[in-house]
Amino acid sequence: MSLTENLLSVLIWLPIFGGAAVLFIGDGGDAASGRARQMRWVALATSLLTFLLSLNLYTGFDTATAAMQFVERFDWIDALDADYYLGIDGISAPLILLTTFITPLVVIAGWDAIKSRPAQYFAAFLILEGLMNGVFSALDGVLFYVLWEAMLVPMFLIIGVWGGERRIYATIKFFLYTFLGSVLMLVAFIYLYTKTGTYDFFSFMDVPLSMLEQQLIFIAFLVAFAVKVPMWPVHTWLPDAHVEAPTGGSVILAAIMLKMGGYGFVRLSLPMVPDGSEYFAGMMIALSLVAVVYIGFVALMQKDMKKLIAYSSIAHMGFVTLGFFLVWSIARGSGAELGMTGGMVQMISHGLVSGALFLCVGVLYDRVHSRQIADYGGVANTMPIFVFFLLLFAMANAGLPGTSGFVGEFMVIIASFKANFWYAFLAATTLVLGAAYTLWMVKRVVYGDVANDKVAALSDLGRREFFVLGVLALAVLLVGLWPAPLVEMMSATVAQLVEQAASTKLSGL
Amino acid sequence: MENIHLTIVLAPLAAAIVAGLFGKQIGRAGAHWITIVAVGLSFVLSLLVLKDIWFDGGEVYNYSVYTWAVSDGLRMEVGFLVDRLTALMMVVVTFVSWMVHIYTIGYMHEDPGYQRFFSYISLFTFSMLMLVMSNNFLQLFFGWEAVGLVSYLLIGFWFKRETAIFANLKAFLVNRVGDFGFILGIAGVVMFTNSLDYATVFASGEAIASQQIEVIGGNPWNAMTVICILLFIGAMGKSAQAPLHVWLPDSMEGPTPISALIHAATMVTAGIFMVARMSPLYELSETALAVVLTIGAITAFFMGLLGVVQNDIKRVVAYSTLSQLGYMTVALGVSAYSAAIFHLMTHAFFKALLFLAAGSVIVAMHHEQDIRKMGGIRRYMPITYWTSLIGSLALIGFPGSAGFFSKDALIEAVKYSHWAETDQLVYWIAYLSVLLGVFVTALYSFRMFFLVFHGEERMDAEAKSHLHETPWVVTGPLILLAIPSAIIGWFTIGPVLFGDFFGDSIQVSAAHDVLARLGETFTGSAGFIVHALQGPAVYLAFAGAITAWYLYLKRPELPGVLRDKLSGLYELLDRKYYFDDLYINGFAAWGRRIGRLLWSKGDEFLIDGLLVNGTANTVGRLAGVLRRVQTGYLYHYAFAMFIGITLILAWLLWS
Repeated sequence: MSLTENLLSVLIWLPIFGGAAVLFIGDGGDAASGRARQMRWVALATSLLTFLLSLNLYTGFDTATAAMQFVERFDWIDALDADYYLGIDGISAPLILLTTFITPLVVIAGWDAIKSRPAQYFAAFLILEGLMNGVFSALDGVLFYVLWEAMLVPMFLIIGVWGGERRIYATIKFFLYTFLGSVLMLVAFIYLYTKTGTYDFFSFMDVPLSMLEQQLIFIAFLVAFAVKVPMWPVHTWLPDAHVEAPTGGSVILAAIMLKMGGYGFVRLSLPMVPDGSEYFAGMMIALSLVAVVYIGFVALMQKDMKKLIAYSSIAHMGFVTLGFFLVWSIARGSGAELGMTGGMVQMISHGLVSGALFLCVGVLYDRVHSRQIADYGGVANTMPIFVFFLLLFAMANAGLPGTSGFVGEFMVIIASFKANFWYAFLAATTLVLGAAYTLWMVKRVVYGDVANDKVAALSDLGRREFFVLGVLALAVLLVGLWPAPLVEMMSATVAQLVEQAASTKLSGL
Repeated sequence: MENIHLTIVLAPLAAAIVAGLFGKQIGRAGAHWITIVAVGLSFVLSLLVLKDIWFDGGEVYNYSVYTWAVSDGLRMEVGFLVDRLTALMMVVVTFVSWMVHIYTIGYMHEDPGYQRFFSYISLFTFSMLMLVMSNNFLQLFFGWEAVGLVSYLLIGFWFKRETAIFANLKAFLVNRVGDFGFILGIAGVVMFTNSLDYATVFASGEAIASQQIEVIGGNPWNAMTVICILLFIGAMGKSAQAPLHVWLPDSMEGPTPISALIHAATMVTAGIFMVARMSPLYELSETALAVVLTIGAITAFFMGLLGVVQNDIKRVVAYSTLSQLGYMTVALGVSAYSAAIFHLMTHAFFKALLFLAAGSVIVAMHHEQDIRKMGGIRRYMPITYWTSLIGSLALIGFPGSAGFFSKDALIEAVKYSHWAETDQLVYWIAYLSVLLGVFVTALYSFRMFFLVFHGEERMDAEAKSHLHETPWVVTGPLILLAIPSAIIGWFTIGPVLFGDFFGDSIQVSAAHDVLARLGETFTGSAGFIVHALQGPAVYLAFAGAITAWYLYLKRPELPGVLRDKLSGLYELLDRKYYFDDLYINGFAAWGRRIGRLLWSKGDEFLIDGLLVNGTANTVGRLAGVLRRVQTGYLYHYAFAMFIGITLILAWLLWS
């Protein structure tokens, strides 16, 4: 057993055991106690070590192949024919890196902001990290499903325990919505198992299926993934969950858990049921464009900063699904890969930008205890360094070139023009709408004269806050100025995916 | 040479980062020194580049600096194209920027945001250089948006002022409307060429023009026309052409140095530069050129008229900028791209001069901007007075000045353009607009000039007591800008307009090449002046200036009488043709209304209320009903069992 051979297992289990250790150490019932300090350092060390180890995924990654890498496979539950089967390729590796990158930042951000039950809080995030890494590397249906559902538990607790006033409503809504969606995915897996005798994803991809079978399986997957993305009209759990979640919960939810939906489409729907996916592509594109335009307008009118960013997340995720489902509308070799790559890059970028924006709101909330835009005004007078970061992330959210937010949007808009002028036209409205809702919020919160005593009493970023936002800012700029390494990492897998999506599984019947 | 290009671009960026992030450590003097040295270095090196390519016959550089990303065979790169068009723009941008940097020491010396300001204007210089030096559409768009960002930051520089932060949001959003078209245009280019590289795209111009695109089903349009018009929408935003002009007058909320640099001399000319750069594409679409010409003509004349009723010294100059940008756009529309760039260059000098001179007056008046409260300032500020006079004469096209050569050549180009044969309507709109525009330009220019510098001293005694000439960091740049405003036209018109200065960087089809036809009769700068004295434009300019003198110095009671007599017209001009009302009460208000409607009726009522919570409530109610069955009384269960068995038996017997 060596590190590189079992790297994925390490990335899954290290944070989970670390989380258990954190629970074991506990906080002595007092966030300021010496025990709690020890516990925090263990949590931080675990997440940092996980991140450093995950860098091996990047350095050891072979960009020339679309085949699975870092594969691990053992028999797991013989009675179910389920395997412990892990592996990553160009679409999962960046998402795991994103997960291991964001988690330590969340730990640092919650360092002394969390006063009640800090040990459970940090443990929940570490365990969640392990489970998310598992979802992104599982290649077996049962394993995938178990991890997928298990992931809900820590998030359910994070919102339900450390959330705001309406946390119970929000967390139950979140749980029911996402749980009900994924049950259908399990049904689809079981059906595929009856056809193949295994839960291996690659057998699922190879097995011929009739059009009706593919359509039904696509719908089963769709319900699970559309809720996660979330796509219009199953998006209303997200604003509630975000508003009530503690800052760290919002960050993980927006940065990583939403990506599960997008990831599901490219890992499962497109390669397993290509004809079914093609059949529904028009509807998917339409829903994506509704997300961009409809949600853009809704975001404009939000009074709560977190709600505004939550709605902006839905609009940005619209670009992800748009990029993925353009694949059949574009002649191959002239832009289908561009759209899909754009969708993938948009997922990573959105993870960075929305995570950073939620942290920014958290910074304000910790000081003023309000998320209402109307309670602020003239923050630039008292917190210039904070405002520098907020502006940077706001511009990234508005898709300014040079930031990561531009890369995916640019690629998807270019690709969608090739498919249909009006797709591009509607997608490009984000240039105006995105800028409008983001900068209007910035104007009301940041600019103007000092609005009230609370704003006047604001202190600028502390060391920890500065570090967290600074690291995210560097990442946003790096991806914006030089996306080539990220794109290269994805390119072989994306090419294969386009191939798979464009092929048919009907002929094998 | 590659290293020189990189230094030109990166020096201002590095200075901006240092001044921005370490402003506190290096102090005020540190911030202005590092940025001034960096931009000065860029200017000197740009001169070197221009000299190399103009006088030493140096080659055209076109190379990639690094690969941004590659996907599906589409190479997205960052790279430089340095030809004569680029070199000229580089010199203009860095020179004006340098002057503004120096001037800022004086203008902003009391401002608490001193370092931040220097950081922004250096960042602007970097962005603008990236824009003009790009060899591909991706980087063009980067520069395009980056200058927009800096413009946003600088308009809102005094962020405590409600008007400033309204104006900067407005500027950004209106520009984004233009960019919306621009990015679709770029997407169109990629669709037909699968490339973002200028050289590749220009080489396949004919291929694009031979294809069609159905934007509205059943109506195939020429692909080149669609692409060029979409790209031009971007130019309309950035170069403030009607109807996307509304942000520029409001942008005067920013400090005056940036009004000069960004909102007069450089950034707003990006659209003009872009269309000139894309001349190989625009030449292939008559329709797109007609659109360009018409929009330019409307802007040139109607925006100039608004300058006549403005009382804020900076807004007069702002409307003048709008009108002059219209002139440049008209030149593009008649395929006289060189004339557009020539006017862009002279305008950069004299308009930056006029703005900085206005700023000088504003400083001396302790930030009073209303020209009705000025007058007779000539006696107190001689250098500002004389340099303003030079700037105003250049603006109205006084024979011999820089603006005279560029504007007169432009008007000649319109007069003899191919549109006279191909489309009479468009031709007369354009020609009359630019001719009448000359009169209007002279009228508003000298109205302001007389009201500020001549006549009765209308300021209060307190303001008068501290009225004196500004320090040398302010007057120095004025003098340095006045020199090219006066003479540069005389020396450069020959080579730039008629001497094939631009070479291959601007391509004009033979049928459109009006400048080549004018060049046949060109005998030198003196001959050009003599020839111009036989045309109407010069006399219209004189007429405008004399009218201004008569109305505002000779009979100062007349403007009020006129305003009452023509109150309808005055109202129309004062409300700026109601564009702002339309956008703010129309588009913006409706956008908010739609947002509120979708939110409350769509998300909250329909989806959440009826579907989500509705389902939850239904389940809850159903459970409530079913719960009642579980009463716990034995006889209820026995009764239910009995009924059930009866039903089953009945069903079995029946079938």
